[in-house]
Amino acid sequence: MAEQHVVVVGGGLAGLAATMRLAEAGIHVYLISMVPVKRSHSVCAQGGINSVSQLTRQQGDSEWKHFDDTVYGGDFLQHQPPVKEMCDWAPRVIDLLDRLGVPFNRTPEGFRDQRRFGGTLYKRTAFAGATTGQQLIYALDEQVRRWETEGLVQKFEYWEFLGPIVDANGQCRGVVAQDMFAMTIRSFAADAVILATGGCGLVYGRSTMSMICTGGAVGRAFRAGVKYANGEFIQVHPTAIPGTDKLRLMSESARGEGGRVWVPRKPQDDRDPNSIPEAERFYFLEERYPTYGNLVPRDIATREIFDVCVNLGLSVEKDRLCAYLDLTHLSDDTHRKLEGILEIYEKFQGVDPRTVPMKVFPAVHYSMGGLWVDYERNDDTGGLVIGSTRNHQSNVPGLFVIGEADYQFHGANRLGANSLLSCIFTGLIVAPTVKNRLASLEHGTAGDQNVSLYDGAVKTNQARCDALISNEGDENPYTLHQELGEVMTRSATVVRDNKDLEAALAKIGELDDRYTRVRMSDKGDWTNQNLSFTRALGDMLCIARVIVKGALLRDECRGAHYKPEFQIPPPDADEPGELRKQAESWCEAFKKKNDKWLKTTIAEHTSDGPVISYEAVDTSLIPPRPRTYGLKGAEIIEEVWREMGTGGGVRAKKESAK
Amino acid sequence: MANKINVKVLRQPDPHSGSHWETFGVPYEDGMNVTTILQRIAANPVTADHQPTTPVAYDASCLEEVCGACTMVINGTVRQACSALVDQLMEDSPNVIEVRPMTKFAVVRDLVVDRRPMFEALKRVKAWVRVDGYHDLGPGRRVLASEQEAAYPLSRCMTCGCCVEACPQFHDKSPFIGPAAISQAMFFNAHPTGRVDESDRLEVLSGFGGIADCGNSQNCVKVCPKDIPLTDSIAQAGRDTTIHKIKQWFGR
Ligand SMILES: Cc1cc2nc3c(=O)[nH]c(=O)nc-3n(C[C@H](O)[C@H](O)[C@H](O)COP(=O)(O)OP(=O)(O)OC[C@H]3O[C@@H](n4cnc5c(N)ncnc54)[C@H](O)[C@@H]3O)c2cc1C
Ligand code: SF4
Ligand code: SF4
Ligand code: FES
Repeated sequence: MAEQHVVVVGGGLAGLAATMRLAEAGIHVYLISMVPVKRSHSVCAQGGINSVSQLTRQQGDSEWKHFDDTVYGGDFLQHQPPVKEMCDWAPRVIDLLDRLGVPFNRTPEGFRDQRRFGGTLYKRTAFAGATTGQQLIYALDEQVRRWETEGLVQKFEYWEFLGPIVDANGQCRGVVAQDMFAMTIRSFAADAVILATGGCGLVYGRSTMSMICTGGAVGRAFRAGVKYANGEFIQVHPTAIPGTDKLRLMSESARGEGGRVWVPRKPQDDRDPNSIPEAERFYFLEERYPTYGNLVPRDIATREIFDVCVNLGLSVEKDRLCAYLDLTHLSDDTHRKLEGILEIYEKFQGVDPRTVPMKVFPAVHYSMGGLWVDYERNDDTGGLVIGSTRNHQSNVPGLFVIGEADYQFHGANRLGANSLLSCIFTGLIVAPTVKNRLASLEHGTAGDQNVSLYDGAVKTNQARCDALISNEGDENPYTLHQELGEVMTRSATVVRDNKDLEAALAKIGELDDRYTRVRMSDKGDWTNQNLSFTRALGDMLCIARVIVKGALLRDECRGAHYKPEFQIPPPDADEPGELRKQAESWCEAFKKKNDKWLKTTIAEHTSDGPVISYEAVDTSLIPPRPRTYGLKGAEIIEEVWREMGTGGGVRAKKESAK
Repeated sequence: MANKINVKVLRQPDPHSGSHWETFGVPYEDGMNVTTILQRIAANPVTADHQPTTPVAYDASCLEEVCGACTMVINGTVRQACSALVDQLMEDSPNVIEVRPMTKFAVVRDLVVDRRPMFEALKRVKAWVRVDGYHDLGPGRRVLASEQEAAYPLSRCMTCGCCVEACPQFHDKSPFIGPAAISQAMFFNAHPTGRVDESDRLEVLSGFGGIADCGNSQNCVKVCPKDIPLTDSIAQAGRDTTIHKIKQWFGR
């Protein structure tokens, strides 16, 4: 039998973890990436990575609580078995990273230090300064480099994935990619393809993401028939620095280390913030959420900042919406732990955040949705059957998706520091899956296929590429991108409204139409970056439609998807009897809403745009419950919900695992 | 503030052609950096004298000086374009911003250069921890906070190329491995298990193109955007290779 190959597209944390694990199993990998893998977007991650530890365990923590925090944080939209498996693995994942040489911060005695992140009450987050993503990806990059020298990995950096190759039986048999320097297009035959191409922040124009996070690769897979799930769930991070080119993140770790969010009580108080007395500061997160304070989950913190700045008119500045993120009271030692992000603020804002409160505002940050993938549930553990060929396999057999590009772990809202975990975890577990696939191929290996399959795919892609280059028209791709970003940011971020979403769909239609008249300013055949961007713009338009259509159809509030029109009004009566009645009808309405909407959104590509359907969510381990985070005034809801015997309670019991 | 910034870019269409300067007038924006300038040129590739041209090719990704992609020579200094703020550049050079590719690597196109030699150097010094495998074997060795604090700065090297660009000993006719790789070798030699390959690393650094080629001019450390103590690493490597050689003489 011919030697079998696996293609991994993307060398962020997910792609690298998969590559090293496949290489260890003796499997040959072609690793394809638009940028040298060491420069992948994962380097941007700042705050840390979650797992239960010896220490938190003794404070009452457990894998089950990590699991519970994750699904509660995600508003129960995740299938629970993969999430449970991930949380069970987390301590082992961190141990492995530790062995690989990641310089995690240490306690005086030499144990790994941990900080608190949003949506949990435990200090569960391991970190390496405030550049954790960089440190993690370097460790994995180094391992993959080692496998390169051993001949098991061949890297194709500055190569762009153009699409999967799918045969007549619907099996994925490889990919087509383009050399971004010489612009030559070729096929890579493979018995399994793993997409690990990250998020799609550029659909929103500006976000906290890197410039390569266009969603181009995911868009191409979608158009080739892979389903897209939960597209409308886009995380808007509460604290970023507004900028003209990028919205630079100020990590949640700033609040995890004690940073406080506030605005002056007097609108646009122009005094030096340090001179504003405590009593004249509105620490709105702490006041509204006494239990979680500044560390409520992101969707909530974002909405509160938005509410205070927009609805209450308390933005620090008049022309530019922002709130203070204050670290000035923290010790030098703590500042040192946050060095990486403080440097970013100082460098780009020219102000020292150690002595002056930072000005921040929410920004698009993460895509909970992504390509649809399957899993196999282990009925004994409630987790996954490790090695099952269903895990992370898309609806196109042989095409697997991992990392931010898939949709499986974060539901309607991701908890901070859970993404680095899900990326590495999925990379690690996809390897045994792929190994088993290689051993059980149907209809022969990639090498047994007719060459016409590969030649045909290259020709089709070459023709598309030629057509784009020779297209004549009057539209500038960068202008179209800017307009797309504006309409997406306006309609599909923090607060959503059906009229706006309909208008956005119409606008995307207009942009689609103008895209047919797009003209490239570079028609050359050497390092044509204009081509790469313009092609990705086509994919961004496609993903934008999936996001907006999903958002338009979903008439409820869940996690990051917030439509005030469909919010169930919270109980507010003063009289206890009346309050209780209100809470009862709130809970009834909540139950109804879940019956209707606790479903995965599935988008499928057609020539008339995405078609949306819904799929049931596996909530068999932890019954859904109202997500209040101890909001002042919401105690009554939790009380009534418990009494209704809906199984949820405040925290589900472990016994329900079977 | 002038509302158009004068930007001179050294252009080269491909590896085989010569280079030439092109000047652009780019409208000023608040908080603008050099990557934004290049984005604006990409959106509207017209020179200052209104001649249509091709967009300037460049590398950039993170836009927050952490990926190392966008290194280039700006007003004579090698640095990242994304953290090169126009306001600050104008303070020193109000009339023009001059952008050119790094000189120590082959130009691919315009500002895009081929930094593969740096990654190859990392292979030579075995810049990794050789673990037994990726199955669960418990945590790594315990590390004191002081050891972590020494290691962390070295581990922030983003292979950006500033140091080798500034190093007089690193060029296409020299086999010198360069300061970044030396520093990475020291990083892994200091790691409790990375140490197992210590003597292989020292062997490379003792050999052709190794530590002896460093002229100790200290240019590298001045330009490193991550403040990596490169000259400390180099000094350490000097001591360690000497001991390594002595040990070899005594047949150990
Ligand atoms: C500023 C910031 C801070 C963050 N901080 C944290 C944190 O503290 N903790 C946490 O858990 N999460 C954090 N996240 C989220 C986390 O960083 C990402 O979700 C994660 O790094 C994604 O990793 P990935 O491997 O899926 O993809 P990426 O790292 O984005 O890698 C994608 C890869 O795919 C390649 N690629 C893409 N398209 C193509 C194509 N068409 N052809 C070829 N290759 C392609 C790219 O070159 C790249 O190698 C943060 C995110 C941001 C934006
Ligand atoms: S000290 Fe050595 S490595 Fe650094 S610039 Fe000088 S010669 Fe180069
Ligand atoms: S040592 Fe500094 S200058 Fe050199 S490549 Fe690393 S980060 Fe860049
Ligand atoms: S774009 Fe990453 S360092 Fe400048």
